[in-house]
Amino acid sequence: MTGMVALYIFMLAAFTGYEVISRVPVILHTPLMSGSNFVHGIVLVGAMVALGGAHTPLEKAIGFVGVLLAAGNAVGGYVVTERMLEMFKSSGSGGARRTH
Amino acid sequence: MPVSAETLIQASYFVTAVLFIMGLKRMSSPRTARSGILWAGAGMLVATLVTLLYPGISTENYPLIIAAIVVGTILAWWSGKRVAMTDMPQMIALYNGMGGGAAAAIAAVELYRGESHGYAVSSLAVLGGIIGAVSFGGSLIAFGKLQGLINRSLRFPGQQVINLLILAAAIVLGGAVALELDTAPAVVTGFFVLALVLGVTMTLPIGGADMPVVISLYNALTGLAVGFEGFVLNNAAMIIAGTVVGSAGTLLTQLMAKAMNRSLGNVLFSGFGDTGGATTGTVSGSLKPIEASDAGVMMAFAQKVIVVPGYGMAVAQAQHKIWELSQLLIDRGVTVKFAIHPVAGRMPGHMNVLLAEAGVPYDLIADLDEINSEFETADVALIIGANDVVNPVARTDKSSPIYGMPILNADKAKNVIVIKRGKGAGFSGIENALFYLDNARMLYGDAQKAAAELIQAIKAV
Repeated sequence: MTGMVALYIFMLAAFTGYEVISRVPVILHTPLMSGSNFVHGIVLVGAMVALGGAHTPLEKAIGFVGVLLAAGNAVGGYVVTERMLEMFKSSGSGGARRTH
Repeated sequence: MPVSAETLIQASYFVTAVLFIMGLKRMSSPRTARSGILWAGAGMLVATLVTLLYPGISTENYPLIIAAIVVGTILAWWSGKRVAMTDMPQMIALYNGMGGGAAAAIAAVELYRGESHGYAVSSLAVLGGIIGAVSFGGSLIAFGKLQGLINRSLRFPGQQVINLLILAAAIVLGGAVALELDTAPAVVTGFFVLALVLGVTMTLPIGGADMPVVISLYNALTGLAVGFEGFVLNNAAMIIAGTVVGSAGTLLTQLMAKAMNRSLGNVLFSGFGDTGGATTGTVSGSLKPIEASDAGVMMAFAQKVIVVPGYGMAVAQAQHKIWELSQLLIDRGVTVKFAIHPVAGRMPGHMNVLLAEAGVPYDLIADLDEINSEFETADVALIIGANDVVNPVARTDKSSPIYGMPILNADKAKNVIVIKRGKGAGFSGIENALFYLDNARMLYGDAQKAAAELIQAIKAV
């Protein structure tokens, strides 16, 4: 991937993020923030590559922490987002009396 | 034709990027939101599995990778399943900080290796490293504050100057590394330590009520850091996902800051969102208490009641009782609506999540623009643990620190009942003129207990 192509990807992705979110109702702000929090958990694949190529003990230690943190970001982000979205019901869907 | 691992990985990342964007899109409507996270989750799973095939991974490091994933997954799964809905803001801050830390770790591994990457790549690694480390340090402090581990907001004269000096020192060391003037491990270490310290010292003075903006900002920053490290690793999935989150998070942060009528710089550098410190305006009139039985009768015979929840409802875990109360009223033929201010609570949309947990259908919940014209026709506005977001001085008093902040016009309702724990002022230390109005009555007590008393009162009617 050349630098220019990467720059184009960056630009298009930035606009995509802005457009996808711009018309979100307030009631979904939390799940959406939490959902995007999950999406940047993709850092996991980068951390795996970094740890995979580590040679010295220092690199391995940092890489290990990186993968651990990234897995926490991805999994934690997924679990809480899913839990929150599960609760959103309209009065038509019969969820009004739902209890935990 | 045999497919190489490289091709398979690139193709899978492409699919992942599509799933992420579609997933986020679906999350922007209540009807499809649930499936949105499933789509994004599938994308993550595909990317993670296929990355195990990456040719650059040395076999001796596989056990480390698997161990780290397993430990991280178990800890996050366990904590994510257990956390109470009221504690969601700090949990999200924590997971977000972990992502920032991971991005910084990638940068650290690359930079410690000391190989020449070229200036552009090194600069991006450094940039992602500092942003990720700031987000990591800052999110940990935000977690500590929201969890109640850090109770005071540390603030002293010259604090901003010191933060600027730390930032300047981090930029100098980062610049030396990026331009390959000095890539000694000590310099790299110094750079990361300074960046972590900066995240901590930046966040320490910020008060709890500003947390919606701060959490949202660190979410955007982590996204950006992930995107930059994606450039370093030549990983398109990270570039796309990180950048999408970075720009989406920036937009959300702007919305939050706008809802408080403050600039982002003001939130970060003024240390305003905290108890005490600010001026106390003078308000005429007196606070008029009301008994729960009288308040209950007032609501039982109302045509329309608008409930305004705030952080006090979250603290008291009163959302279930409030919904029980509302259902009683609805059964009596009263129209009940919930009015949510964008920055009520401690993260964007915090109140919506709590009400959803209690089972309140989302079509009864309205945001500021939808509901403000309706207060005039409401018989009762029931304020539960909300304060500054209903303070009319934001409209009238130019000298007030919250002047110009869009508020819920609860004062326009025929009667206002305020459930409040004590007589203190809100986070800004500003007296709430609403409480002193002729049509306002104070119902003192814990929100959950007060709601239970109101339920008894309405049942007795």
